Amino acid sequence: MSLPQPAVPPASPEPSSARLVATLTVAGLLSGVAIVGAWQLTLPAITAHKAEALRQAVFEVVPGATTMQPLHWTGSALEAGEGPDGGDDRIVYGAYDDSGSLLGYAIPAEGPGFQDTISLIFGFEPDDDMIIGMRVLESRETPGLGDKIVKDADFVANFDHLATRPGLAVVSKGAKTQPYEIEAITGATISSKAVTRIISNAVATWGERLPDRQAAPALVAPAPSEEPP
Amino acid sequence: MNPNPPDETAEELLKGIWRENPVFVQVLGMCPTLAVTNSAINALVMGLATLSVLVASSFLVSLLRSFIPKQVRISTYIVIIATFVTVADFVLQATVPAVHKELGAFISLIVVNCLILGRQEAFASKNPVKLAIADAIGMGIGFTFALLCLGSLREILGSGSLFGFDLFGPGYEPWVVMILPPGGFIMLGLILLFFNQVAAWRARHQARRQQEAA
Repeated sequence: MSLPQPAVPPASPEPSSARLVATLTVAGLLSGVAIVGAWQLTLPAITAHKAEALRQAVFEVVPGATTMQPLHWTGSALEAGEGPDGGDDRIVYGAYDDSGSLLGYAIPAEGPGFQDTISLIFGFEPDDDMIIGMRVLESRETPGLGDKIVKDADFVANFDHLATRPGLAVVSKGAKTQPYEIEAITGATISSKAVTRIISNAVATWGERLPDRQAAPALVAPAPSEEPP
Repeated sequence: MNPNPPDETAEELLKGIWRENPVFVQVLGMCPTLAVTNSAINALVMGLATLSVLVASSFLVSLLRSFIPKQVRISTYIVIIATFVTVADFVLQATVPAVHKELGAFISLIVVNCLILGRQEAFASKNPVKLAIADAIGMGIGFTFALLCLGSLREILGSGSLFGFDLFGPGYEPWVVMILPPGGFIMLGLILLFFNQVAAWRARHQARRQQEAA
């Protein structure tokens, strides 16, 4: 039962729908332009950061390397370059020394951890099927416990010289007797096992694909102007 | 309204830093306050990002306040805020990639920080540009200060370091709970307790003075 409205006009007249639509359209349009502009300006720096971070990671897990290039698996052979579809499962990085001979492969891998996906990269020496370095790139493991897979130097050192045959095994701290055994972190068994499982899976995928050092794809076009260390 | 306009600007600037501190007094923007204050550097970058978004949004909203019809004002404010947040996201990604990775989704979530929309609705849309910017800077500094307090205390207790520098040496057993989510609540609770104690003490002090004067 609404009473008839008094005939007094409101202080400011109601804006038309067209005005409202126009306001939002203009706002959206200007916003889009601003965002595209900011993206264009920052993209080179963002890409450079990502490439540099990857380079650092590759050189860390393959000690002594000074140059790297992406290698992709075509389905039957390993070739230089990123390949047509840059699927993560099909790319590894070849790490080379100054003279251009291959030292090892850096293999990116990821899998479920205790809380979220752990992504890591590890160095692989194909002649003896040895793991020669490992670095966790991204993880959200529990601070103080699971995040020791990143911070605990003893745990990371497990992967500096680790045989992959007959297969990786996790043992408790101080119980390592075989070259393929990994000493777990006390209090972070699940995260330790997760890292081991991720690496095992990647070795299973890549072990057969990666040719020995002599037969590895040659370094294509040395990277222009390497920065001094 | 105010006989001294210059004082008014300073007043709007200063109120956000302590007396109306957005976190400790108004208890706004709790999501980033609790989530990213597990280290001092995260807290500082988050605070500065929020500060810049707040200042830029307040400036634009105040400048356009007579053009924006009130029926669509909230949507327009959100578009403005979201634009600045996206720009801030890109800039952080390009300048401090490591910290950006730590903060993750919480940068994008500045859009829904009620502190920012709250200042647009409560202040910037009703005041001239100069006052709006002063208010935004004050509130932004207050927010950054609050986050930095929490972040520093939690990092010192939970990691034994400050801005990544080890403070106590290897003998210190870090109080891990402080960098986990419960630590955020505990530390915030203690700080709010302190602020409320100060307010209560001040009120009692004033009442006694008035009694003595009377």
